[in-house]
Amino acid sequence: MSLSTTGSFGDFVARAQSAGRLVVQPRMGVSDAAAMRSGLLLTKASSATTVGTITLDSYTRTGDEASARAALAAGIELNGYPIVAHDLATTRAVLNGVVGPDFPVQIRHGSPLPESIIRALTQAGLHATEGGPVSYCLPYSRVPLEESIPNWARSCELLAEVRETGAEPHLESFGGCMMGQLCPPGLLVALSVLECMFFRQHGIRSVSLSYAQQTDPDQDSEAVLAMRRLAAKWLPDLDWHIVIYTYMGVYPRTPDGASRLLEEAARLAVRTGSARLIVKTVAEGYRIPTFAENVAALETAAAAAERCTRIIGDVPETGIYAEASALIEAVAGLGPDLGTALATAFRRGYLDVPYCLHPDNAGRSRSYLDSAGRLQWSSIGSMPIRDVVGSTGSGELTAAGLLASLSYVERTFDNASLEREYRAAPAGQVPALPPRPDELTKEQSR
Amino acid sequence: MDHVAAVPAGKAVGDGDLTVVLTSVSSDSHTWNLVFLQLVLEELGHRVHNLGACVPDELMISECLRLQPDLVVVSTVNGHGFHDGLRVIGQVRDHPELAGIPMVIGGKLGIAGPGCDGSRAKLTSAGFDAVFDDGTGLTAFHTFVRQLATGVSS
Repeated sequence: MSLSTTGSFGDFVARAQSAGRLVVQPRMGVSDAAAMRSGLLLTKASSATTVGTITLDSYTRTGDEASARAALAAGIELNGYPIVAHDLATTRAVLNGVVGPDFPVQIRHGSPLPESIIRALTQAGLHATEGGPVSYCLPYSRVPLEESIPNWARSCELLAEVRETGAEPHLESFGGCMMGQLCPPGLLVALSVLECMFFRQHGIRSVSLSYAQQTDPDQDSEAVLAMRRLAAKWLPDLDWHIVIYTYMGVYPRTPDGASRLLEEAARLAVRTGSARLIVKTVAEGYRIPTFAENVAALETAAAAAERCTRIIGDVPETGIYAEASALIEAVAGLGPDLGTALATAFRRGYLDVPYCLHPDNAGRSRSYLDSAGRLQWSSIGSMPIRDVVGSTGSGELTAAGLLASLSYVERTFDNASLEREYRAAPAGQVPALPPRPDELTKEQSR
Repeated sequence: MDHVAAVPAGKAVGDGDLTVVLTSVSSDSHTWNLVFLQLVLEELGHRVHNLGACVPDELMISECLRLQPDLVVVSTVNGHGFHDGLRVIGQVRDHPELAGIPMVIGGKLGIAGPGCDGSRAKLTSAGFDAVFDDGTGLTAFHTFVRQLATGVSS
């Protein structure tokens, strides 16, 4: 496989967008190489406009290569593809004849220290991945920012070297997810923009800014439109697009509720002129989805996007742009080096992710869902957004209150689904919810 | 329970006065489960030391040795909990000071879904006092904690 024939991720997405097609993408990763290949082939063969995903396993993502190798040797199934532990030849065989200009493949990992992952993926001929020095450090690790930031800087530079082979490397910021839920949109937007500014400083020219669907479609639309304006302002010389993540919090259990939430995400993407959507499946609420469930989700999302008429710029302005802009300017004002500025910003609490337990996060901000189902700050800590946010109440959060907030979207969509089913069911038959194995679920199959 | 002997004579330990180490395992990056369980335990009046995401085995053990908790709660949802749990419980139980410490594990422990492979029995025989795998819900955990608090005080 020659690198120059594999095409560029950003170009593929740009071509699809100009043709009016939303690019849809699964999260998908298994440890067995043959199964991984078949997952990619099934993604490629779907009727939707897709890019492929190889999601890595937890051992690889935490740098525990020994455990990943031991699991492979013992035939233990992992929760993703161990790209560092697998032989290069194995990974090349997974990709050979699958990846190409018509089907870019992105590595999704979750590592705060991705250098070895970047090395493995570029050696395998790939050049698209995601994450960021903040978004893959604070929510998912205990690695100090002082280690994550330089490692990500080197990783960007390593990835940028791929350009010499003729392919334009692409890096997506995961900053629009931060904890998956309950992070008010202004901070999500700011972090996505700031991480892409960091990628730019380290040689990356093609980026995507992410935004994870939250609890209110209008608030989400306003946030994504704000992100577009800020990307145009702060990343004027880059190829960039916006990727929407279908809801990353506790997911509906009813197939109907799950599909409707996914369709809403597809509509959010189309309404806001976003180019790409990462889907969730009907199985998301209780287990890692099968390939077939992933393909069905891709096609459901693509169909919903087809049916949606593009509407841009008609949502009421509630201050998300001003909030995100204030945060970006505060960080940029801390010095010319974005990495140093980000570390300083967290140390001073200028950036403070609610409910994030990482030792480098100030942990003084808090958020809540208001009675209309919109995310609001209950405490902004030391973030320089008082002028925008105004006064904040600070009711004591209870476990039940947290659970209710975390499950708000799940309940909203499942209840609507059960209501429809109940109306349609013959008298005396009450539809049941599929079993929920655990009260809490993950923001991502990581 | 051996643990009762570790409570200094005269110390009033009633319902809602446990020192709890709340932790994930080294490979697990999820934290909402930890944020939630901290609130649950604090509302019951217990003191929680939340070790956060991706806790290395050595850190879990050093924190347990330092804090001498009344209970260790391992919460993990990434599907590696069965294997990671077996590994850490072996290390914890190998420490004479921690051999009798009440320690439980819960969450999503396997990638195949709720315990279809006898994993619960393997985890308890390896040394966990209780396993709250998929589907057991919070009631069983509440009951366990309440019984432990009562047991410690009696």
